[in-house]
Amino acid sequence: MKSFEYTITDPVGIHARPAGILVKEIKKYSSTVTVIKGEKSVNALKLIALMGMGIKQGDTVKVTIEGADEEAAAAEIEAFFKANL
Amino acid sequence: MILVQGKGVSTGVAIGPLYFYQRAKSTITRCEVADTDAEWNRFKEAQAKAIEQLGELAEKARKEAGDEAALLFETHQMMAEDMEYEEAIQTAIQDTKLNAEAAVTDTSVQFAEMFASMEDPYFQARAADVKDVSSRIIAALTGVIQGGINSPVPVILAADDLAPSETVQLDKAKILGFITEGGSGSSHTAILARTMGIPAIIGVGDQLKPEYEGKEVIIDGSTGNVTIDADEDAKAHLLKKMEEQKKMREMLEQLKGQPNETLDGQKIKVYCNIGGPDDVPAVLNNDAGGVGLFRSEFLYLNCDDFPSEDVQFDAYKKVLSDMGGKEVVIRTLDIGADKQIGYFNMPKEENPALGNRALRICLNRPEIFHTQLRALFRASAFGKLGIMFPMVTSVWEVKEAKKMCDRVREELTKEGIPFSEDVEIGIMIETPAAVLMSDRLAKEVDFFSCGTNDLTQYTLACDRQNADLGRFYNPHHPAVLRALKMVCDNAHKNGVWVGICGELGADLALTETFLSIGIDELSVSPRSVLPLRQKIRETDVSQVKEKVLADLLSDENAI
Repeated sequence: MKSFEYTITDPVGIHARPAGILVKEIKKYSSTVTVIKGEKSVNALKLIALMGMGIKQGDTVKVTIEGADEEAAAAEIEAFFKANL
Repeated sequence: MILVQGKGVSTGVAIGPLYFYQRAKSTITRCEVADTDAEWNRFKEAQAKAIEQLGELAEKARKEAGDEAALLFETHQMMAEDMEYEEAIQTAIQDTKLNAEAAVTDTSVQFAEMFASMEDPYFQARAADVKDVSSRIIAALTGVIQGGINSPVPVILAADDLAPSETVQLDKAKILGFITEGGSGSSHTAILARTMGIPAIIGVGDQLKPEYEGKEVIIDGSTGNVTIDADEDAKAHLLKKMEEQKKMREMLEQLKGQPNETLDGQKIKVYCNIGGPDDVPAVLNNDAGGVGLFRSEFLYLNCDDFPSEDVQFDAYKKVLSDMGGKEVVIRTLDIGADKQIGYFNMPKEENPALGNRALRICLNRPEIFHTQLRALFRASAFGKLGIMFPMVTSVWEVKEAKKMCDRVREELTKEGIPFSEDVEIGIMIETPAAVLMSDRLAKEVDFFSCGTNDLTQYTLACDRQNADLGRFYNPHHPAVLRALKMVCDNAHKNGVWVGICGELGADLALTETFLSIGIDELSVSPRSVLPLRQKIRETDVSQVKEKVLADLLSDENAI
């Protein structure tokens, strides 16, 4: 399992547009991606649930990636967070 | 070939596939299903359809506005196939045995509430996205089509009748014509069709069967005929008619802005007959030079009691200002005979056509006339007004009516209410007495307008509403035409202009006659303006005048 922590800089937080692109990105891999904020965690493929966490600017989230292609996926997804969120 | 007869309310011919309007159900049904697997499959199919539609919308948006614009629809796509959303629906169908429509509705409410309860206004607003996606899936489940028409090609649209809200949402580019089961000439469908300039047929009842859907149908708005699967002859005939009408419309369109002038340079004014302010757009749209007859009766017919001075003033003022300085001739109250109004409390007459009607009522009941004249003169400040008295037989009637006008002018001056000093006063020429006295009447007025319907009826002593008298009622009768010539001659000797405001004015068979005897103005229905202009512009009066005038007196025409 791979993981990274990231603090959201986007003023709106994880909103529909980047969440949508994130889901598209994750679908390229077989690994399961989980976004964790405090006690709550969601499968990042669940767009509505991910948005439902209400992750705002300044919130720090932990992202875990687990699966056969976790190496490649982790690097890609971390890059995506930095570029878009 | 199947023929269906309705009532044409907007002219033109159109051909296309018949399509029944798909109406959205306002409420969805909620029930328990026995076969939950089948219901789940229904959902999956509808979901796939919604995702496909959203994909098409995304591509359309991408082409028109770029990737950013497409993303909204792509996000909706992801919501539609979101795992949690799908799981919630699956639970509702498999465990609660709900039908798919209700399952989607409940899940939509649940997710929308989740968003709505979030603190951030951005996320709150996402509730709308969930609802939007859900209603798209429900529409796919119930087979409802957004905008009512789901066809790749334009169609002849059939409906029971269409509500205003429905006509607004129609995809106009997809409609070639309308057929409705019910409806009236003033229904929204009829008005929309006339505005769009496409044919419409109403009142076909249950003659249109659902199995006709998709069949080729030809509708003819001038006859009210609906032809389904037309045979070759009928189709050729109707297509020819459609082509002719198209050419005619294009040609008439080019006549806008052209003068009403004959080949040898004689000019004539072409005005319109109207019944109220609502008709003014049609007058201007057909490029008429003015209003030759504004029937003021509509104000009285639409009320339960005498319309007040202010109500009348508003209507007259609206027409005068909307006409933007073009002349507007308003005829004073013309009721009686075939137009009766309850609150006037008129006793029943043996011979209403020869009875207490029109100007006679006004002179007998001056308080009614006074109110109307005050409203008219007040409105005169807002445009170019002509006032016209109907049903005149004697010079004294005109003098008395003019005296009433003088009284109103004095009152308004005293009250400091503005009015125009240039209001023209005219009379209708519709009785033989007025024709015979036209040399004297001309000294009292600025213009004559010949009401040919009544002039024919009174000259020929023939009831125009009696169906048995058809061949006796002949507006082309030389007596009528000679009367018109006499009126013209007497008017012109006294510097008075002459118009025709009856139906005869639009009769193209008589245009040469009217030009030859020197009629100055023809007032016709708005859609007759351009065909009449075309006829005028094709006429060479110098070539026909001698024959026309001789014909009025010839033996063979003395029928």
